[in-house]
Amino acid sequence: MEDTTPTNSSERWIDIDKLLTRNGNLVGPGFEPGPELRDFLQQDCKVLCIGAGGLGCEILKDLALSGFVNIDVIDMDTIDVSNLNRQFLFRLQDVGKPKAVVAAERINARVPGANVTAHFGRIEDMPLQFYQEFTVIVLGLDSLEARRYMNSIACSLLEFDEEGNPDMSTIKPLVDGGTEGFKGHARVILPGVTPCFECTLWLFPPQTKFPLCTLAETPRTPAHCIEYAHLILWSQQRSHEEFDTDDEEHMQWVYSNALARAKQYGIEGVTFQLTQGVVKNIIPAIASTNAIVSAACVLEALKLITMCSTGLNNYMMYTGSQGIYTHTVAYERDPQCPVCSAGVEVVAPADTTLQQVIDLMLAHPQLGKMLAHPSVSYGSKQLYARGIYEEDSRPNLAKPVRELLEGDEPAALLTVNDKKLSASLRVRLRLKEPQQ
Amino acid sequence: MIKLFSVKDKQKQAAAAAATGKPKQSAGELRLQKDLTELQLPSNINIAFPEGREKPMHFEITIKPDEGYYRNGRFLFDFVISTGYPYDAPKVKCKTKVYHPNIDLEGNICLNILREDWKPVLSISSVVYGLQFLFLDPNPEDPLNKEAAAKFQENQRQFESYVQRSIHYGAQIDGEFFPPCAC
Repeated sequence: MEDTTPTNSSERWIDIDKLLTRNGNLVGPGFEPGPELRDFLQQDCKVLCIGAGGLGCEILKDLALSGFVNIDVIDMDTIDVSNLNRQFLFRLQDVGKPKAVVAAERINARVPGANVTAHFGRIEDMPLQFYQEFTVIVLGLDSLEARRYMNSIACSLLEFDEEGNPDMSTIKPLVDGGTEGFKGHARVILPGVTPCFECTLWLFPPQTKFPLCTLAETPRTPAHCIEYAHLILWSQQRSHEEFDTDDEEHMQWVYSNALARAKQYGIEGVTFQLTQGVVKNIIPAIASTNAIVSAACVLEALKLITMCSTGLNNYMMYTGSQGIYTHTVAYERDPQCPVCSAGVEVVAPADTTLQQVIDLMLAHPQLGKMLAHPSVSYGSKQLYARGIYEEDSRPNLAKPVRELLEGDEPAALLTVNDKKLSASLRVRLRLKEPQQ
Repeated sequence: MIKLFSVKDKQKQAAAAAATGKPKQSAGELRLQKDLTELQLPSNINIAFPEGREKPMHFEITIKPDEGYYRNGRFLFDFVISTGYPYDAPKVKCKTKVYHPNIDLEGNICLNILREDWKPVLSISSVVYGLQFLFLDPNPEDPLNKEAAAKFQENQRQFESYVQRSIHYGAQIDGEFFPPCAC
């Protein structure tokens, strides 16, 4: 049958054009309707999708069908048969292949004009310059740690002007999606404007950890038996091997030992599925939750770039266990967030010593109240620090601070710690050349 | 909502200023740095960085109790801080073989703040206090070493002599040999 799909003529994108070429009452600030807007979206913008799993497959599909053309996807995993119920870009014959590669192939084959580039690897292995190329980054991740990492990448690209306001041209927008069973969230992170991931880390409840002595002596639940095998027995019997949650044999070993333990104490309920859940923190995934959350994320990405409608501000929660319910909250930034705040500015003459900089901070109207005995570091380098570093770093006090800093940026971002502070404080040190 | 991109200005992302080589730290490292600068260790506790100062996420703390059942012993604890710190607790193991109700032969330590009672507001200081407390006040309820706990409860004087003997000369207790660890 003849393929009658018009490739990229306005007929094909008639739905998107309705959003991008017509003004209205719900559009975002500075909305520029017109055919150039879709050209901008399709030719000048690049979007990165992190993850090609449950959320990633849906995100890639939504991006490609929403008109995005230059799409990159990165994922370090290979396809497993358990993925096939929802990661619909994969088939049985793809098991074992890299997710990113197969996902990119399928989207490119199915959506004419789509240009998806696959990256099979870890997000930590890509250089900062890689992330800088993208207009928007959409996250389809499955762990707090990976999100914290991407958050710190986006926030590290953020620069501030002399008044401590974010430089808009350096804002790298992130759209973060997450799902767990019937629950999910979609949030928009504009570093310097909306709370970053670190600003709201307190939202997460503490992890369930059992006391070691309960595991060793008084187990009561199947989870206790599983953790006993996983943590205590493994280090007793197989301490030379590192436990690998992806190794089938390791998981089976834990499962069978957990069963034995449960039998010993008359506890019921140890199953292989529960073992996976306890050891790997796996919660059964549902295709519909992924579809809903990724649709929200991609829509936000489209709105961020085109301003075609009011953006999400800034955290949407979804729960589908008893109906379909969403709730959107506008969280606020933590003004002292160690990752995304501008920091307090301190200006000093170019040849100041470190001791003089510290004195300036103690005399500063705002900082002086917060500090008593500060420790100062520049990145991971301790300039002068109390506690265990005091003796070694004392000689630095007499040195000109310019010598201790690398590079000649106009303002160096210092980290200040003090017993009086509840978290690290950022200070922007500006060295002024003496006036002629 | 903020307008970040403009069609008219055709802001090409690739033309943005090159990423500055600012030294970057993960949030976990930042927080660890804060904890370490606030760590005031008494004279009987030492810290060392086996992988050098550049790898602060792995360090060793040596505790030499100067009173109590474990006086004059020298006990080495290995601390590994993951990138999830302070959300994830530090992973601490005892590297010295010791006869103690709450420390097993693999070096696992039964200390509540290391597992179920860990909160991100706690710090390395709190963990060091907790470890010190274990030596001053062993907890025989819910033990990791059942025999040691039982002995502690039934005959404290004999428990103390076992501990002191194993510290100064080494001792065979309940079928296990505990090498000397006097300082």
